[in-house]
Amino acid sequence: MDWQGQKLVEQVMQILLVISGVAAVAVSYATESFRTMMLIYAGGVVLATLITLPNWPFYNNHPLKWLDPSEAEKHPKPQVVAVGSKKKFSKK
Amino acid sequence: MHSFGYRANALLTFAVTILAFICAIASFSDNFSNQAPSAQIQILNINWFQKQPHGNDEVSLTMNITADLQSLFTWNTKQVFAFVAAEYETSKNTLNQVSLWDAIIPEKEEANFWIQISNKYRFIDQGHNLRGKDFNLTLHWHVMPKTGKMFADKIVMSGYRLPNAYR
Repeated sequence: MDWQGQKLVEQVMQILLVISGVAAVAVSYATESFRTMMLIYAGGVVLATLITLPNWPFYNNHPLKWLDPSEAEKHPKPQVVAVGSKKKFSKK
Repeated sequence: MHSFGYRANALLTFAVTILAFICAIASFSDNFSNQAPSAQIQILNINWFQKQPHGNDEVSLTMNITADLQSLFTWNTKQVFAFVAAEYETSKNTLNQVSLWDAIIPEKEEANFWIQISNKYRFIDQGHNLRGKDFNLTLHWHVMPKTGKMFADKIVMSGYRLPNAYR
C-alpha cells in the first residue's frame, strides 16, 4: 500500500467504526433492544474489516517512484571492508 | 498501515474502544428512565415465635408480598434482584436488617407479581429482643444491567409489630 493509500485506509477505518457505533446506539435506543445494538455494531466491524484490511487496488493509486536500475548503478552501495582498523568507503 | 498485521491491530483496538463507548452510553441512558415501582406486604400469620436453646429469638411468619416492579426494567436491564428485609432497632444495634425473602426477576412480564410465602430465610435476632418489637419490612431491589452501572433502591413499609409473648 502506498502512502496515500495508508492515509485513506486509516480515515476510512475510523469513520466506518464511529458511524456504526453511533448507528448502533441510535437504533437500539429507539427500538429498546440491546441485541440490536450488538448486531449492528458487529456488522459495522465486519464491514470495516472487509474494506480496510485487504490490500485493495484503489489504495495503490499513488505508487512510489523508485529510481531506474540504470540510474542506481551509477551510485553503488558503500562497501564495508573489515580489514585491520581502517575501513574504506567508496564515494557516492 | 503498511502491512496487514498493522491494520488488523489498529482496527481491532479501535473497535474495542468504540465498543466500550457505546456500552457506557447505553448505561448512561438508564438515568433517563422513569421508575415508579410499588409494593405491599401483609403479614398473614405468625407461625411460631420461640427462644432458641442458645438464647436467640426466632420468628417464623407467613407473608403476602405484592409488587409491581415493571417500570424498573429498561432496554439495558438483565434482571432485577428483589429482597424483603425486616428492619428494627435494639439496645445493642441501631439497625438490624434480617433478609426474609428474595427473588431474581429475569423479565419485565414477571415483575408484576404477588406471592404468599413463609419466610425463605430464618428471622433470628442477636439476643432476645423481639417480644413486642416494632419493625419495618423493606422491599429492596437491585436493577442489574446488561452493561454498566447497577441501580439499587427500596420501599420502606412500617407499622408491623411482633407479639408480646412467645408462642
